Amino acid sequence: MADNQGIKDMIDTKDTKTAPASGVDNKERLKIKRVGMRNQAPEERIHNFEEVPYGYSPEEASIEAKRCIQCKKPFCIEGCPVNINIPAFIKLVESGDFLGAARKIKETNSLPAICGRVCPQEDQCEKVCTVGKKKDSAPVAIGNLERFVADYEAAHGNINIEVTGSIDKKVAIVGGGPAGLTVAGDLRKMGYDVSIFEALHELGGVLMYGIPEFRLPKEIVLSNLKVLENMGVKVYKNIVVGKTFSIDELMEKKGFDAVFIGTGAGTPKFLNIPGEELSGVYSANEFLTRVNLMRSYQNEKYDTPVKRGKTLVVFGAGNTAMDSVRTGLRLGYEDARIFYRRSRKEMTARIEEVHHAEQEGIKFEFLINPVRFIGDESHTVTGVECQRMELGEPDESGRRRPIPIPGSEFITKIDAAIIAIGTNANPIVPSSTPGMNLNKWGYIIADENTGKTTKKGVFAGGDIVTGAATVILAMGAGRKAAVAIDEYLKTGTW
Amino acid sequence: MYKIILKKNMGEGVNLYEIHAPDIASKAKPGQFIILRVHGEGERIPITIANSDQKKGTITALVQTVGKTSHLLSELNEGENIKDVVGPLGVPTDIENFGTVVCVGGGFGIAVLYPIARALKEAGNRVISIIGARRTDLLLMKKEMEDVSSEVLIATDDGSSGIKGLVTDALRNLIEEKKEKIDRVIAVGPVIMMKAVSDMTREKNIKTVVSLNPIMIDGTGMCGACRVLVGGKTKFACVDGPDFDGHLVDFNNLMNRLRFYKKEEAQSYECHNKEHHG
Ligand SMILES: Cc1cc2nc3c(=O)[nH]c(=O)nc-3n(C[C@H](O)[C@H](O)[C@H](O)COP(=O)(O)OP(=O)(O)OC[C@H]3O[C@@H](n4cnc5c(N)ncnc54)[C@H](O)[C@@H]3O)c2cc1C
Ligand code: FES
Repeated sequence: MADNQGIKDMIDTKDTKTAPASGVDNKERLKIKRVGMRNQAPEERIHNFEEVPYGYSPEEASIEAKRCIQCKKPFCIEGCPVNINIPAFIKLVESGDFLGAARKIKETNSLPAICGRVCPQEDQCEKVCTVGKKKDSAPVAIGNLERFVADYEAAHGNINIEVTGSIDKKVAIVGGGPAGLTVAGDLRKMGYDVSIFEALHELGGVLMYGIPEFRLPKEIVLSNLKVLENMGVKVYKNIVVGKTFSIDELMEKKGFDAVFIGTGAGTPKFLNIPGEELSGVYSANEFLTRVNLMRSYQNEKYDTPVKRGKTLVVFGAGNTAMDSVRTGLRLGYEDARIFYRRSRKEMTARIEEVHHAEQEGIKFEFLINPVRFIGDESHTVTGVECQRMELGEPDESGRRRPIPIPGSEFITKIDAAIIAIGTNANPIVPSSTPGMNLNKWGYIIADENTGKTTKKGVFAGGDIVTGAATVILAMGAGRKAAVAIDEYLKTGTW
Repeated sequence: MYKIILKKNMGEGVNLYEIHAPDIASKAKPGQFIILRVHGEGERIPITIANSDQKKGTITALVQTVGKTSHLLSELNEGENIKDVVGPLGVPTDIENFGTVVCVGGGFGIAVLYPIARALKEAGNRVISIIGARRTDLLLMKKEMEDVSSEVLIATDDGSSGIKGLVTDALRNLIEEKKEKIDRVIAVGPVIMMKAVSDMTREKNIKTVVSLNPIMIDGTGMCGACRVLVGGKTKFACVDGPDFDGHLVDFNNLMNRLRFYKKEEAQSYECHNKEHHG
């Protein structure tokens, strides 16, 4: 595979073996303490939607970059789903060539300002960082550096991408989330005629409607979307593929030579317990869409309403749950809590988000499972009954299965509840596309290395293939699909 | 941008809008809806497609001016644009030859009922329509309904046309007095009317389809704002509906969910009126 070849080339290059430019030896490097990002103070930030970390200054970035020991065998590259040449970009940061560092990252990742902010680095590149393996040493802050470099480029350089040719073939991208945007960018760069069809009135997918402003400023997403527009990617919003046009129509009537489906995980799971239909019980997607996409937190300017209250309970412990509970806090819910049916160890959210949530005063309660919601005469939620759990044997996910403790039921008074326990496949595209096979959960079956589905000319990637995953995995899938689409359109072989 | 080709006041604060949206027009089937957003800071609201014209590339929507968004829409003139229109969404109404179908419509629900009644007639059904309004002069599309129905029964609050009373009175009369054998009832209109119709036909064991209009955001199954309780199960009206078995719908829950943001909406509307008219 091309990517692996890339890693080998990197490992074999001479400059990874030589001492770094500044001549600092590794012992010195390992003495430097990891540079944390300065954050907006918790007591302030809970009253606004501005971003929490301020990001590195050039000085801070340079110090942090010095911590990288330029391993001969850089595990971090393998740990990165898109194999960014991490030691090389960090070395450029160290030497002060921030724009060069940005170019280096962009060889394999077109959205570093976003990934630097939302990737679970502790499970990827930073998890395998050699520096982090040493006693009393934290891994190099690769994510913080990536973010710094991307922001520096946006402020001082030119983030536009040049289109290198012109190929007379049309590709349709269904869904404008990270997967679709990556395919669009990569193929347009090669010269293809690319059109994105998006169901909502804005592109970005979860980046726009799910992840809140205080974690990923929308301006950053919008400026990356502008780059695609400047490249000549055509954008058609308000088109629900499967309703407005079908995939077959795109190919047969609208003249598209290939289609990429990146429609995301889609549809929220509910708990299926009594009272879930009450007003004031939301899916995380609804709550976050109201606040992020529809900007209801700026209610002087935007029309979509959102309720405010005192006590909010969020069920779940992933990124979506953290985003929901912290958004609730910022809307004015003074008592905002996480109820999770497993224990702290099993939480799936990024570590930084959990940490920030705790700093902000979010209460976490573990081994708690809701059994019913309680409402008043106007069908509005006023309480939730839960039971306590204990951990039993590991389940199919390898995590210990929570089991209820009899007689442990208790009632909590609440003004709102948010359910953030995951998503199911959205059926609109799959059910309107004959000849495209799905797995037993309704996700599209696509080849891991090419994104090829069982329908000729149709590729898929991102959450609609894997189920809810991460931004970087969606982008990685998009990247591979772009290569495969190019090959398919050049050779005609499926 | 979606241009308003024609705008017509239908009385009672209801406007008809013919909107240029060729992609939607070429696909729309009776019973489907659109979601629109009037301007860049606006909210997304679902509106049933009352008619579509493939040749002209237009869809027709009837909107009652009740809150800020419908008010903003009513301030747009012919030739002006609606920011976003997406559709056709939802599952089309089930059209087959059922036998005798009674179409019940109240208020401007009649406009939505009309294409359904027409399709049912084209499918070979004997269509009996029951339409209601407060007064004769507020009765919409009587002539059109007559064209597609073998019989049209009218109910007005003041008795100025047809019977004095509600559409349900006319329906009861049809079933009990005229002993009409009915294979299916389709009811479109205010929630309270759909509930009353469903309560009656449940007693009589007549299959009844209602078209629900809960609060929606995306309209694609992504948010779950539109969920309704049908037979004790959660359904998403935007993808599973908007048509459901009236005998299984929890109408009280729907009414309450529809009222949830009344306070916020009233505030927003008030602010808007103060800014623009006060
Ligand atoms: C609240 C929240 C927080 C998250 N936080 C993180 C995080 O911190 N880090 C991380 O790595 N991941 C995070 N994730 C997960 C991550 O956002 C997703 O894995 C990623 O966005 C998937 O990308 P995608 O392109 O596959 O789909 P999406 O981002 O879901 O985009 C799909 C797009 O397709 C559109 N679409 C859907 N159906 C149709 C149709 N029929 N026709 C046309 N368009 C359609 C949708 O409107 C959407 O714009 C988070 C997810 C959520 C919900
Ligand atoms: S409106 Fe969002 S799921 Fe139906």
